[in-house]
Order: sequence, then C-alpha cells, then structure tokens
Amino acid sequence: MSEEAEAADARRMATEARDRVRFEEEALGLADQVYRVARRLVGTREEAEELVQETYARAFRSWRSYSHGTNMRAWLLRILTNLNVDRGRRSQRAPDLQPLEEGDYYLANKLAAAEGEQALEQERVVERLSQSGVVDALSDLPHDFRDVVVLVDIGDFSYADAAQILDVPIGTVMSRLHRGRRLLKQTLAEETLA
Amino acid sequence: MTHDAGCEKCEELLQDFLDKTLGPEEVLQAEAHLDGCDYCRRRYRFEETLRRYVRVSASERMPPGLLQKLAELAEQPPRPL
Repeated sequence: MSEEAEAADARRMATEARDRVRFEEEALGLADQVYRVARRLVGTREEAEELVQETYARAFRSWRSYSHGTNMRAWLLRILTNLNVDRGRRSQRAPDLQPLEEGDYYLANKLAAAEGEQALEQERVVERLSQSGVVDALSDLPHDFRDVVVLVDIGDFSYADAAQILDVPIGTVMSRLHRGRRLLKQTLAEETLA
Repeated sequence: MTHDAGCEKCEELLQDFLDKTLGPEEVLQAEAHLDGCDYCRRRYRFEETLRRYVRVSASERMPPGLLQKLAELAEQPPRPL
C-alpha cells in the first residue's frame, strides 16, 4: 500500500472511530426514554429490560445504518418494536373486532354524571384515578392501539414518527390513536365508577 | 347545561386541538366555542389533565444497572459474520 493510501486509510479509521463514539454516547443518552416506552409495550419490568438490551445489542451491531442527524430515538424504537413483534410478544391482533367505543367526552361525562361537574377539576381527577389504574388500563388495550398510544402519549413521538416506527400509514396511526384513547377512557370509567 | 351542535363539533375537534394538528380555521372554531362554553371548557381542561396524568403515571424510570449493561454491550466486539 502506498504511503498516501495508508494515510487515507488511517484518516478513515479515525473518522469511523469518532463516529462510533458519538453514536454510542447519543444512544446511551436515550436509554431512559427508550426504556420508558418499552416498559409500557410489554407486561413486566424484566421483559422491558431484556427488550431494551436486545435493542441496543442490535443497534450497536448495525450502527452504520443509522444516518447521523436523523431522529435516533425513533430509529431505536423502530428496532425495538420490530424485535417485540419478532419475539412473538404480541399475539393479539384484529383491533377491528373491538366493540365500538364511546365518544371523546365519555369519561368526563361519566364522572360529571356521578359526582357533578366539579369532578372534572384537576385535583379531583388526580384523586379519583389511581396511577396503577391508568397503567392497568393501558396494558388492557389491544396491542395495535396500545403501541400507538404509548408512542404518542407516553413517548411523545409525532404521528409521522410513530408511523415510521410501526411501519404503518399515518392515517392508521391517527385512527388507532383516537380509538385507543377512547378505549382507555372507557376502561378508566369502568374501573373508577364500577 | 346547554349542549348543542357546537359542543358536538367541539368534542370532535378537541383531541386534534390538544395534539395541535388542526388547521388554522378549525383552531379558531374550537377556540371560539371554548371561549363561550363552560361545559366544553371544563372537558377541555379535563382532557388536558388526563393526558398529563396518564403520561406521569405510566412513566417508569430505567432500573439501576441497566445503563451499565447497555454500555457493556457497546464494547463487545462485533460477532463474526
């Protein structure tokens, strides 16, 4: 190899090493946010931990396919949701067979009918709905709805990012999100006012 | 409590209004209705609270030790092809 070629090679390796370090730092910096989403996509803490580890193992292997400057959090979640599907953690499908859900005001109207309009005040809501009730209601959602609700409402992803992560059209994200939120409120209403 | 077609329209727009995905005309329409309607304004605030509450309730921090495990994964040599 000529000296020039060797020098070019060394430069390339140095650039690659620097890119790799940058990639690792950025990815590890997102771990807590990735975990928070993962935790609500699967049933247990252990499963979530495992899933995040598999995700990072794969991410570190295929880091070159990430284009620097794009949304890494979405890129990681795409890997994670694919792994989750591959692992057969989601067996339940066919969201169209769900009963038709109530309207958007359903939970508010139920609370107001039972306890008056003051039941809608912030302090009362927080008092009335338990944290564990919310978590249970989320995990009761059919997976296809839950994935979207978790990505958008917990993970703070845009419709477009969620569509990319789940590899579905944006219209599907929007309709699953709307129906998923309604189903969630319906479950909360049943739990709270039973 | 008066509840009319305006309220129905407002209920229909409210989620997108909260998501900030409405077009400018619909934003004005929703805002105008919310300004004049206690019933819907209470429900708007309720939905806002509920979303925040769901987010907070469902957010669980990463367990201690996980970050270290992930960092170790980064250092593993790539598997042979």
